[in-house]
Amino acid sequence: MMMLEVDNATKIFGGFTAVNKVNLSVAEGETHAVIGPNGAGKTTLFNVVSGLITPENGSVTFRGEKLNKMMPHDIVNVGIARSFQRVNIFPRKTVFENVQVALLVHAKLHFNPFRQAAKLFRNEGMELLALVNLADEADRRAGDLAYGRQKQLELAVALAANPKLLLLDEPTAGMSISETKASIALIKEIVEKRHLTLLFTEHDMNVVFEIADRISVLHHGEIIASGLPDEVRDNEEVKRIYLGKD
Amino acid sequence: MTNRFQIYVLILAFAGLAILPFVGSRYSVELATQILIFGLLATSLNILVGYLGAASFGHAAFFAIGGYACAYFLTTLALPLVVSMVGAVLLTALASLVIGFFCVRLNEIYFSMLTLAFSMLIWAVALKWKPVTGGDDGFVGVAVPEYLSNYFNFFLFTLGVVTISVIVLMIVGNSTMGRVFIAIRENQTRASFLGVNVRRMRLIAFVIAGTFAGVAGTLLALYVRGMYPETAFWSQSGHVLIMVLLGGMHAFIGPLLGTSVLTLLEVTIGQHTEYWQIFVGMILVIVVLAAPEGVYGLVRSVAKRVRGQQDDDA
Repeated sequence: MMMLEVDNATKIFGGFTAVNKVNLSVAEGETHAVIGPNGAGKTTLFNVVSGLITPENGSVTFRGEKLNKMMPHDIVNVGIARSFQRVNIFPRKTVFENVQVALLVHAKLHFNPFRQAAKLFRNEGMELLALVNLADEADRRAGDLAYGRQKQLELAVALAANPKLLLLDEPTAGMSISETKASIALIKEIVEKRHLTLLFTEHDMNVVFEIADRISVLHHGEIIASGLPDEVRDNEEVKRIYLGKD
Repeated sequence: MTNRFQIYVLILAFAGLAILPFVGSRYSVELATQILIFGLLATSLNILVGYLGAASFGHAAFFAIGGYACAYFLTTLALPLVVSMVGAVLLTALASLVIGFFCVRLNEIYFSMLTLAFSMLIWAVALKWKPVTGGDDGFVGVAVPEYLSNYFNFFLFTLGVVTISVIVLMIVGNSTMGRVFIAIRENQTRASFLGVNVRRMRLIAFVIAGTFAGVAGTLLALYVRGMYPETAFWSQSGHVLIMVLLGGMHAFIGPLLGTSVLTLLEVTIGQHTEYWQIFVGMILVIVVLAAPEGVYGLVRSVAKRVRGQQDDDA
């Protein structure tokens, strides 16, 4: 059985079909990339999977459980965490506080009005920050970090939920070439260390072919190819429509 | 939002207040009683405004419900004081659960407007439900027990209730739950993607804030020995919101500070001119423009400049 199965999902925004009858399967342990030009519907697909928007049609199933009617917080609790294309953290809190609050929510402590928060999750939080190479920035205001480091922080925040499936929307968007390289190496390492299943979107083809086990190509809201990197690379339709080759 | 400095200030202030009735005039004790009651109201509102980031324009509704209920239980039903107060607070908690259920579905200005609408509804009930509330004339002649009937004892009683309430609110503010309220204030989307049911957390905050406003309301009913519809009026909600903003909503002691400053301003300027509201208004404009983090923020930035170092507060 597949870990994640998107079945015939359609999302229409005021007459514009952002995602059209999409089928997507992700197996446990796989690193799966969704590629496609700008406006192909990658982010919409992620928003459907993570519960931010509800599709008009079709279903999303995670480990046999239907996610359609679930709110984002329920979806996090079944084991799917995500990052956003534009960094989404708590910019006025410190780097440590960002992961601390994520850890205490994961421990369901947000219903406890008496447990004092200040000294909680010191070790776990620092471990997570060390994992993304941010331990030395723990006491800085998150919003003051360089953009690339904010993305790393968001990764740590997502990992605090201890997900089985991690969704990363454009993890290297806005990064320099060297930052991109470092960041991809880091993601690869974390995915292996934590035995994560990874579904990500990416504009940089080098990155995609470097780490993806499988690739799906989205074009005008439709999946036009899905398979191993070599199959996708050699697919005539992909070449013609997406890579712009004749 | 609470650091060690604030805790020291609180301990000093409450210790000073404990001595006040033994050394101060009757007038100063009465004034301190008022500041304590409204300070608790403002501190409860700050759970919503400062921690959760939701500006309620109708917080006085719960102040009034607590007060009227306490007056009714104590006087009309002739129940004992403790039963009346606890009953009134529980009733306020229930009312905030029902009203909050609708309000927390909305965000930003829509949330504020709905809280305002509900508070005006409560005001209308207080005005029209004559057999219970006394209507236009108010609920006059609350049966305050003998041992609380002199200003000295009543002040100590108020000080005790407010101290306990403020400590509880501080514990809640610094708790894991309080951290999640702040997370919601800072970034609601991220909070929900941490696994937080944002709407439920907002409702919990709403009920906590409403409940402690109810506590303040019971004290008001006992202090004034009456309850009047104006207590639920929008201007009362605005007044307490000003106290929060004036003191500084991002510090736990901000609302207490704001209440003290505003009350003292009102009475001192009021002694010199009947147009005191103009002057209080001008001072408020200056504070808001010059110190967006309120009096507490102003004090902190001055202290920082003097010591030339960073504070650990946020």
